[in-house]
Amino acid sequence: MREITYLEAVREAMSQEMRKNDDVFILGEDIGVYGGAFGVTRGMIEEFGPERIRNTPISEAAIAGGAVGAALTGMRPILELQFSDFITIAMDQIVNQAAKLRYMYGGKGSVPMVLRTPAGSGTGAAAQHSQSLEAWVAHIPGLKVVQPSTAYDAKGLLKAAIDDENPVIFYEHKLLYKTKGDVPEEQYSIPIGKADIKREGKDVTVVATSIMVHKALEAAEELEKEGIDVEVIDPRTLVPLDEETIVNSVKKTGRLIVVHEAVKRGGFGGEIASVIAESEAFDYLDSPIKRLGGLPIPIPYNPNLEKAAVPQVPDIIDAVKETVRFK
Amino acid sequence: MNTSIESQFPTYQIIDGEGNMVNDDYKSEITEELARKFYEKMIFARLFDRKGVNLQRQGRIGTYVPFEGQEAAQIGSALALEDGDWMFPTYRDHGATSAFGHSLKNIFLYWRGFIEGCVPPEGKNIFPPAVPIASQILHATGTAWADKKKGNDRVSLVYFGDGATSEGDFHEGLNFASVFNVPAIFFNQNNGFAISLPINKQMKSKTIAQKALAYDIPGVRVDGNDIFAVYFETKKAVDRARNGEGPSLIEALTWRYGAHTTTDDPTKYRDQHESHERREKYDPMTRLEKFMQKQGYWDEEWAEEVQKDASRRLDEAVEEMEKVEKSDEAVMFDYVFGTDVWPVEEQKQAFFADRSER
Ligand SMILES: Cc1ncc(C[n+]2csc(CCOP(=O)(O)OP(=O)(O)O)c2C)c(N)n1
Ligand SMILES: [Mg+2]
Repeated sequence: MREITYLEAVREAMSQEMRKNDDVFILGEDIGVYGGAFGVTRGMIEEFGPERIRNTPISEAAIAGGAVGAALTGMRPILELQFSDFITIAMDQIVNQAAKLRYMYGGKGSVPMVLRTPAGSGTGAAAQHSQSLEAWVAHIPGLKVVQPSTAYDAKGLLKAAIDDENPVIFYEHKLLYKTKGDVPEEQYSIPIGKADIKREGKDVTVVATSIMVHKALEAAEELEKEGIDVEVIDPRTLVPLDEETIVNSVKKTGRLIVVHEAVKRGGFGGEIASVIAESEAFDYLDSPIKRLGGLPIPIPYNPNLEKAAVPQVPDIIDAVKETVRFK
Repeated sequence: MNTSIESQFPTYQIIDGEGNMVNDDYKSEITEELARKFYEKMIFARLFDRKGVNLQRQGRIGTYVPFEGQEAAQIGSALALEDGDWMFPTYRDHGATSAFGHSLKNIFLYWRGFIEGCVPPEGKNIFPPAVPIASQILHATGTAWADKKKGNDRVSLVYFGDGATSEGDFHEGLNFASVFNVPAIFFNQNNGFAISLPINKQMKSKTIAQKALAYDIPGVRVDGNDIFAVYFETKKAVDRARNGEGPSLIEALTWRYGAHTTTDDPTKYRDQHESHERREKYDPMTRLEKFMQKQGYWDEEWAEEVQKDASRRLDEAVEEMEKVEKSDEAVMFDYVFGTDVWPVEEQKQAFFADRSER
């Protein structure tokens, strides 16, 4: 199969859909000739023109609110927020409007929009451009939340997100854009709400999201050398969450570690841990559940400190060993 | 009668591109001493900026935001303030902050990824550079309101770009400021672009100054590459604010010659030929130099001395910046809260305990 980057996979998912469906258009800042801050839409304005690749003024509230309006008419806007941190400015439109209009119009309104946005640290972009705020939106009924970790997942999940009748928040990770993977050329869809077992194992379950999937896989390779067999599960979508896959895995391994980049306190890892605590898998646990997440600090500007603020491979290795050794 | 918006908001100029004084509005105040002061600050800012770009190229600092071309707008406005006034810069305004008395070492440190670089010298009310666009406009409205309430004799001046006027924060800030009649100066540097977006795609309004009409505050347009026009117009707004007459909006027309940041390639979205042409015709430094020559204020030896002195101060600041040790991981936990709160303290201990076990 052909290898392309995560970034190219996102672009391909949009382009293929836009060729078929005139209702799909993109709006966002610097997405025209510039190709977006990270280059995701590069070349698209040349193919689709400025009406469908809409370069907007710096107005996140209007980008989000405008998308809500367009979606209500049956169009399928994809909006790009240049940095996911600026979701703060679009939040009223997302939380109080997009998420609630169907409900408040008694099912008559539909907001089929996708909000794509790069999250995460690791690029030296400091505290206001490096956050992972996915737990905020996961808390809101009416929003679906997707966090692909590979090029393959990104393409299939984005297609599903565009087809979805509901607002979908689609988190990309800045450090994943350049990662490569096998991706089919034709369109395909990955159901929203289906986890993926990225690596099978029997000793311990590591549920990791976004970039942490790769760190967990790296840790698993190291641990294999020491005879510890790690299962890595990527939920891929936080809402709806594929609880079954996680519960079954924990029943098999009896151990659970959850890893995400977002600040641990109030992060989505707490939700996953609670799901297990409430489920039949609880009885199978041989050690306490562990959560790894970002430190409770703003992401430091300084590159050394920036790395120290979020879980790294050695942290996952340590956590797995501790969990496995627990008596 | 010409009623076009541009004619209602003409671009105010004192010195034209050839260095001629085009009106006598401030003739008596335009002295050799003032011209020299402007020159010293501007050449310093220009060399500072080039140093910043070079340091980034050499990997001695991180991403840097250049402002070459905007020196007159930044220095002219900064010098119109008094010592205790508030200044709210964006990421592009270290020309203004250095002219207003920020520590050079700290400005460089900031670009090296040290939070300590945000800290201004004691007594200087300079906010950290605002990167989330337009957010600082509201802060300036707030400081100005607080000073008014407390009876402090201070004004707040906030910088923002043409692109920032598209955010709700801009409109809400101006509206608040006008409703509460606060001593704020909204200083816009219209450099024609917001990253890749040209101004005609940012707004349909012909000027930014006209946006003041909606809030019933004075709005003026100045040639932002004419330091005299910038200085005297800003001073007027500062005086108004200090006298309790409320906020003003100033639009300074200027241009950034270089990239949006050192990670950007401007040739992707604009013809750099235009930048070269603008440098030829409207450069703020050349204009001041021509003016000084025509007035007989120019002295080659003096200018060389000024430049040498600027380079020396810059080299010293860079040396100081590079002496600062790599940040210790312990500082990550500092300043999250005003006083140490137990969860942070606990996390800090856990963090170091984990490290020491490895
Ligand atoms: C709220 C927000 N949206 C988007 C960005 C990304 N961004 C950084 S600089 C910039 C352009 C700003 O243009 P302008 O206000 O004209 O200032 P200039 O850079 O030209 O000085 C954008 C869109 C941001 N930093 N903050
Ligand atoms: Mg601009």
